[in-house]
Amino acid sequence: MKRNDVILIIVILVLTFGFVIASGYRQSRRAVDHAMAVVTVDGEEYGRYPLDEDRTERIELDNGAYNVLTIAGGEASVSEASCRDQICVHHFHIHYAGDTIVCLPNKVVVEIVGGEADDVDAATH
Amino acid sequence: MKARRIAFLGLMVALAFVLSYVEMLLPINIGIPGAKIGLANLVVMVALYKLGPRDAFTLSLVRVLLVGFTFGNMAMMLYSLAGALLSFVAMIIGKRTNLFSAIGVSVLGGVFHNVGQIIVAMFVLETASLVYYLPFLVVIGTVTGIIIGIISGMIVQRLKV
Repeated sequence: MKRNDVILIIVILVLTFGFVIASGYRQSRRAVDHAMAVVTVDGEEYGRYPLDEDRTERIELDNGAYNVLTIAGGEASVSEASCRDQICVHHFHIHYAGDTIVCLPNKVVVEIVGGEADDVDAATH
Repeated sequence: MKARRIAFLGLMVALAFVLSYVEMLLPINIGIPGAKIGLANLVVMVALYKLGPRDAFTLSLVRVLLVGFTFGNMAMMLYSLAGALLSFVAMIIGKRTNLFSAIGVSVLGGVFHNVGQIIVAMFVLETASLVYYLPFLVVIGTVTGIIIGIISGMIVQRLKV
């Protein structure tokens, strides 16, 4: 084995591990970055808000109704709503991919897109 | 002299063919399509050093076609072809520069064989996420390349054509 062979092998391995570390780093960042609360009103997308920054968003509807979306500590919830039944307000906070909060009277849906999936098959409340 | 060369080439094709088959029989499956030992590359390496790039190229091409038609399918042939072509180009360049011994050339061949297959797989499956397989394949290609390189170096030293 020549010296150049050793250099070649080392270069290949270093490049590979560099790639692994870089892609792993990017993936782990993406998993956190991409968790979003997507708000749809009557089937149309109203807005999407990243879960990793705290905020309060007032969702105004044309007929004067409203829902208040609160994102705090990486979880989304509806803290206030103009509707009668208040089901969405009492719904537990959501943060797993695919979780939803629905306000039927206002036709407002909050869904979590991307991020960590819920690995529990079933849960009781 | 010419007949001798033809006979030798025929022998090499047969050897490469059989080695490809033997490799298929070996129960080594890492779960990644295309991750193989590359036994047939042994013959291509020997041909590259003993017969020259043109004959080695023909040998490599004929082997892929033969094995593809006999044991594989169209998709497998496409993967093999891409791998074989890219690895051959890498080996030629590696040999021309005179920087490496048989081991270095063989490592280049092994690594680029896998790179070529992944590129085709990315086009066929239309997903870029296969790139994440590449590190595994590159490491495997390097290891098998070293082994094949050592063996083919021994053969080239002893073989008189």
